[in-house]
Amino acid sequence: MTKIYIPRDMAALAMGAKKVVAAVQKEAAARGLSVEIIRNGSRGMLWLEPLVEVETAAGRVGYGPVKPSDVASLFDAGFLSGGAHPLAIGKVEEHPYFARQRRVTFQRCGVIDPVSFAEYAAHGGYKGLDRAFQIGPEATVAEIAASGLRGRGGAGFPTGIKWKTVADCPAGKKYVVVNADEGDSGTFADRMIMEGDPFSLIEGMTICAFAIGSDKGYVYLRSEYPIVAEIFNEALVAARAAGVLGKNVRGSNLSFDIELRIGAGAYVCGEETSLLESLEGKRGIVRAKPPLPAHEGLFGKPTVVNNVLSMATAPMILADGGAAYHAMGMDRSRGTIPLQIAGNVKYAGLCEVPFGLKLGEIVNDIGGGTLSGRPVRAVQVGGPLGAYVPVSLFDTPFDYEAYTKVDSLIGHGGLVVFDDTVDMSWMARFGMEFCAIESCGKCTPCRIGSTRGVETIDKIRAGENVEGNIELLKDLCNTMKFGSLCALGGFAPYPVESALRHFPEDFHKPALEAAAE
Amino acid sequence: MSGAVTWDAARAQEIISAHLGLEGPALPILHALKEEFGYVPDAAVPQMAEALNISRAEMYGVLTFYHDFNREPHGRHVLKICRAESCQSMGAEKMALDFLARLKLEWHKTTPDGALTVEPVYCLGLCSHSPSAMFDGEPIGRVDGARLDELAQEARSA
Repeated sequence: MTKIYIPRDMAALAMGAKKVVAAVQKEAAARGLSVEIIRNGSRGMLWLEPLVEVETAAGRVGYGPVKPSDVASLFDAGFLSGGAHPLAIGKVEEHPYFARQRRVTFQRCGVIDPVSFAEYAAHGGYKGLDRAFQIGPEATVAEIAASGLRGRGGAGFPTGIKWKTVADCPAGKKYVVVNADEGDSGTFADRMIMEGDPFSLIEGMTICAFAIGSDKGYVYLRSEYPIVAEIFNEALVAARAAGVLGKNVRGSNLSFDIELRIGAGAYVCGEETSLLESLEGKRGIVRAKPPLPAHEGLFGKPTVVNNVLSMATAPMILADGGAAYHAMGMDRSRGTIPLQIAGNVKYAGLCEVPFGLKLGEIVNDIGGGTLSGRPVRAVQVGGPLGAYVPVSLFDTPFDYEAYTKVDSLIGHGGLVVFDDTVDMSWMARFGMEFCAIESCGKCTPCRIGSTRGVETIDKIRAGENVEGNIELLKDLCNTMKFGSLCALGGFAPYPVESALRHFPEDFHKPALEAAAE
Repeated sequence: MSGAVTWDAARAQEIISAHLGLEGPALPILHALKEEFGYVPDAAVPQMAEALNISRAEMYGVLTFYHDFNREPHGRHVLKICRAESCQSMGAEKMALDFLARLKLEWHKTTPDGALTVEPVYCLGLCSHSPSAMFDGEPIGRVDGARLDELAQEARSA
């Protein structure tokens, strides 16, 4: 029986994967051919979705993007044995986009059946937890610290220090919480790993539970990802059946289980303290820090709150050792970063590489420039709270500190490419509008400032006292940056200020138009 | 997702009671109520406040904080169109506003025949296939005005 892989990833579904599955089944039955369709995750070459892979004697070969109407011709071309076809891309792992990557966190994503525990185990799964059991909780925390892993949610806080802080709290109820409230536009890495390799997150959380002494984990997932919820819940059931969740995990003394909780459309719940409030059943209002969640987190108990990617990387770090992870990357940004290249870009997808790639390489070499074919004008890096970076800064290496130096942030590793038709004063206005819609309302700079920001940008766009209002807007940004309680109000000025700094001409349009008349 | 059913306080009570063993059960209950009835009316507030032993004001605060919990029934179908930056880079804003204008509708509103509610969404994680949308929970990539019109037609006829 020939194995065919057709992703169940949400992006593949959005491009018609379900209909492709039905068409392949129908065509195979009509031709009396026996095939087994495995619903894998995505390989990350998203412009090729739905990417249909066939297991042949020579390895896995791919065809994409496949439409239901292509299926008959694929059979005609003998795709079950890797036959030539206009949609053929050859061996998937030899594709240039794939070959230049260093797949660590995403090593199994797209390769295995995401809800098969046996396949996870056969591809190196649970080596990390087994090693953690061997070396003990303290050495486990030390491995994470030695790896140099920093929080992939955006703040870049050293994961090892966070785990150690909770591990050092007196024994008692402690929680492992995973932040899967991936709300930043241009990001989808959490979604992809949870759809493509959910056991890596489950194993990572279990390693963390062992290291800090916890028996309960929560994953807080955004409601916009219904397919993740479906797949992750299936994986939880399979994990319990395999004895890697529940009482005496893998025969050890550790008892640990995970519950999936669904958010309700509030962007601010991606902020860790707001997320904890929401998990407790309250409004997602940001808490003042200190106390840190590590000391007083969920229900007032010591809590590790990590992003999905940070947690899903822990198994590899334990299996191969912290030094192996630390060996990749640059300066204080160690290991790999799953870049998410999106927006107006030709080869959109997820590309896991060591830190340090220049922005220009990412956008032009990997991304292939704009989809529209027009020149790139700006790239928003790090989500709606990230700066718009102009082409003149394309030499900036992808690194936490290098981005801070150019008043920007790498956030969760998302990049949204814009061509030269973008109106940057409109994007600045949208940044403020988004902040106003999503503000939790607790602190004044964010709650009122964002609304005043929209009004002020509207005046600028209407040509009303432009210079005076730009000064006012800069002042407002300053107040929000330094006066807000959390990153929503504190970082919302980044896109606005960067638009003003790098694209001032877009804020003087009415005046220019008037002068031209 | 599609269509609302009449509020039934006894059924709501069953749903609430079934979740009380959870830590922090408010959001799971609200999701379950929405799943059952298609919306969460204000009538749920005193019932939940009583069960969770919190004030009605607090409960009202929770219900109204989250975008997902509509307090009025939606149309029979719900179309969410992404307004976030990645989709805007591919022209989503104009596409959505033109579509709403053709329907003579505003964001969050339902067509007069009760067929379709159109809501903005801020990122579906389909940023590689912008513009994106979601129709009754089904994700759609590379959506355009013509596809939106088809969906509106589909909503009216089903």
